[in-house]
Amino acid sequence: MNFAFLHKYAALMHCYRLSRALTPWLAGASVLLFAWGLVGGLLLAPADYQQGDSFRIMYVHVPAAWMSMFVYMAMAVAGGVALIWKLKIAEIVSRACAPLGASFTFLALVTGSIWGKPMWGTWWVWDARLTSELILLFLYLGVIALHGALDDRRAGARAGAVLALIGVVNIPIIHYSVEWWSTLHQGSTVTKFAKPSIHIDMLIPLLVMISAFQCYFAWTLLVRMRSEILAYDRNASWVRELSREHGA
Amino acid sequence: MSGLEAFLHMGGYGAYVWSSYGLAAVVLIVNVVLPRRAERATLRRLARREALGESHDTTS
Amino acid sequence: MKPFTIIAAVVRREMLRAVRNQAEALYPLLFFALCVLMFPFALGTDSALLSRVAAGVVWVAALLASALSLESLFRADYADGTLEVLVVGGASLPLLGLGKAVAHWLLSGLPVLLLSIPLGLSLELQPALLGTLLATLALGGVCMSLIGAAISALTVGLRGGGLLLAMLILPLYIPVLIFGASATANAALGLPVAGELYFLAGLVVLALTLTPWATAAALRIRMS
Repeated sequence: MNFAFLHKYAALMHCYRLSRALTPWLAGASVLLFAWGLVGGLLLAPADYQQGDSFRIMYVHVPAAWMSMFVYMAMAVAGGVALIWKLKIAEIVSRACAPLGASFTFLALVTGSIWGKPMWGTWWVWDARLTSELILLFLYLGVIALHGALDDRRAGARAGAVLALIGVVNIPIIHYSVEWWSTLHQGSTVTKFAKPSIHIDMLIPLLVMISAFQCYFAWTLLVRMRSEILAYDRNASWVRELSREHGA
Repeated sequence: MSGLEAFLHMGGYGAYVWSSYGLAAVVLIVNVVLPRRAERATLRRLARREALGESHDTTS
Repeated sequence: MKPFTIIAAVVRREMLRAVRNQAEALYPLLFFALCVLMFPFALGTDSALLSRVAAGVVWVAALLASALSLESLFRADYADGTLEVLVVGGASLPLLGLGKAVAHWLLSGLPVLLLSIPLGLSLELQPALLGTLLATLALGGVCMSLIGAAISALTVGLRGGGLLLAMLILPLYIPVLIFGASATANAALGLPVAGELYFLAGLVVLALTLTPWATAAALRIRMS
């Protein structure tokens, strides 16, 4: 199959235009999905037998945690593409993913902690999953720091890509180590969020919320990419024209 | 308890549930607003540079 | 040139530099010792308490000493332009990275390993556990030097310097720390530690195969 038609999308101007065209639709879709998910999660889903209504925190915590890992993978893959094929757009995607992923991780951590208070009675437990999320947050912050530490945007993006790829190899190892460590230091009792078979009425809003978060990610990623694209191509004629239209 | 009150009360867990959702809303909104502002600021800065005359620095 | 020759040449050069700057070569050791010594001051000298935390404290101190001593790995070569010459001139960067990692272990990891004996004992570490502690420090130290070379290459000469490097590397060190420290904890309970040691050895092998390429990529990015 001839992939030549994809080449034009490596051109930054096309990506900018594509972003402008797609973001309104993604915004609308996100809002609708969030609305559907919130109604389902906050109103329609029956209260949990053990946790009462506090389980509803799941509808923001689980999608946030899921996204935190998904976005890291996206960041690492984009980074890998940037390193191998030296594509500017891949560098831009990788750069844009980092703060988004960190936000999701932060959200997952805090909502996890809040959820833990009624469940376990303390604001923080050294639970395998929460601890892994915390380490993931530091990995993200490291990539963000590296992006900013180099004066050259492109080199910064590629350095961050190397770090992200080292992190990607490390994440399963970290996950397994922390899992193993947490069984050493506490009993195998109530340290994990219980995973019983989930009632379908509770599951559907969760799936909807995850889709909402995915859609939202696509939306905000494209928005974030626009500033990066403008910075990368600042001397190009299309950017100069655009800024002239925008006015001072 | 009226329907709305019960909804906000969340079976006693209201504070936990609403602070979580509130934080989620803040994070999600900030992540939309900030990049847009940044884009507008970038365009403004570039427009100012244009108005002041060409400057072709090649460092990114 | 054969790979071993290149690595040996890199290691020899680092050794020469260490001999010429003996004071600087001692910094990792001094830091390690100081770090360990902080803990009796912080925790008190109760034998039972110290003996329980001894292995963990030694491990954390070794980790920090490794992380902070990495900054100087590529700094001198970066500052005087040697690094740029090597990269542009087509030297084998993975082997350079590997050589630097080996040198770092010889100059930092190995001395820390040896110093951990008296320091561990000073923290009331049970002598029977020394063997396990040393084995884990040996394997873990190699792993840390290998990963450290890559991150050091990535951050050479940047603002934020050593602390940025430490901040980037500590999350990556966590698996090594977990298995290293808990091996000794398990040994204290009389449990077998073969599993932990095999896992650490596995990490070493993984690091040996992957990190030289990461170091090479890092050098190419920074020197472009």
